[in-house]
Amino acid sequence: MSRILTRRQFLTGVAGVTATTATAAIATRLAGRYGLIPPDHDVLFGVERSLTFGAQRLLLHHQPLAREFRREQISKNFPAINTVMPDSESYRSDIAGGFRNWRLAVNGLVARPGEFSLEDLRRFPSRTQITQHVCEQGWSAIAEWTGVPLSTVLNAAGIQTAAKYVFFTCVDDWWDSLDMADALHPQTLLTYGMNGSNLPVPHGAPVRLRVERQLGYKNLKYLSTITVTDSAAEWGEGKGSQGAEHGYSWYAGI
Amino acid sequence: MVRVTHWIHTIAFFALLISGAAILVAHPRLYWGETGAYGSPALLELPLPLNTDQSGWGRSLHFLAAWLAVGNGSLYMLSGIWRGHFRSNSKSDMMQYTSLQRQTYLTVIFILFPLMIATGLAMSPAVASVVPLLPGIFGGHQSSRTFHFFSAVLLTAFLIVHIAKVYRAGFGDRMRSMISGSGV
Repeated sequence: MSRILTRRQFLTGVAGVTATTATAAIATRLAGRYGLIPPDHDVLFGVERSLTFGAQRLLLHHQPLAREFRREQISKNFPAINTVMPDSESYRSDIAGGFRNWRLAVNGLVARPGEFSLEDLRRFPSRTQITQHVCEQGWSAIAEWTGVPLSTVLNAAGIQTAAKYVFFTCVDDWWDSLDMADALHPQTLLTYGMNGSNLPVPHGAPVRLRVERQLGYKNLKYLSTITVTDSAAEWGEGKGSQGAEHGYSWYAGI
Repeated sequence: MVRVTHWIHTIAFFALLISGAAILVAHPRLYWGETGAYGSPALLELPLPLNTDQSGWGRSLHFLAAWLAVGNGSLYMLSGIWRGHFRSNSKSDMMQYTSLQRQTYLTVIFILFPLMIATGLAMSPAVASVVPLLPGIFGGHQSSRTFHFFSAVLLTAFLIVHIAKVYRAGFGDRMRSMISGSGV
């Protein structure tokens, strides 16, 4: 076989590259239209993040439930990491007052922006689920969580049709977001109970997020504000989460 | 096709190995069953330095290389099956190797690589919601992680033996044949 490229090989090569580029361009446009491109795609690992997120969104299209466990499988040992006690005067007075003055603000693209007290959240129909918390570090633990589905609260506030993301900010200034597929999933909870008691301070009292089909770091503790948006661009560097600015992918299904 | 996929696989494998180590050192303890954490008994505590700051890029590189390895590996398997590469008849180019070599090679391709993919996916809470049986097959979430680690160790052991064999068979000739495709 000749080492020099023949005309046929050259033309086949050009046709192959053109076809691949065109397919990639069309696939990118389609994926964008169906919400399959994550906000943190525009970084070093953008291709990987888009493939990994897009594939999981397609795979989870029918909104399956995360695995739930039996009561006897609940872990006696459930570590609490990162913030375990927010360094804030108002938070300390919230604890002292049994969180009676604590409020969760809901704003952005909702018909009725407002604030919910812990009692308001407890008055909604609750959901209890025994699930596994999978930390990206490698450890995992099972607990029973009780709370109100996020979708219930968002519907009470009246989500507008342009809504694309739900952003969360926390007492310790951490922030993150979910797309609507995870925000409206039945197991996504504003959680105020853990293993039959009030949510303990190291685990995010009074209310933490549970988003069971993603890794631990998406399950934000010490919630303070929920903001519904149609874009991730105006939050920080526009990557959808503070974690993404530290190199941890915005979507954490794997 | 075999040569091109071999070198793409080489790149993907080393990227997976390095990024896998970066993820592992965030929690170098292995468990059996569903759960495990500091404060619970470990199946094995690996003598590795704890470092929780490398898993961000580690995870992204791991999944990037995994996509490359799975795409490239599928191409290799399909083309290999199409061309009868894995058949043990006298016409197959497999027959220049001993029976033990052939069995090891087929174990790596048809058992260890699929096991890596399955145990890797079993650790994903999203994939587990679609296929709840997957982590169960391996004994739970933490058992899947332990299987993932040990099959990576076996693959690395295979790689070391593989390089040693190539070296003994005449490194220069073998490398030339894998790069240019000319027979030895």
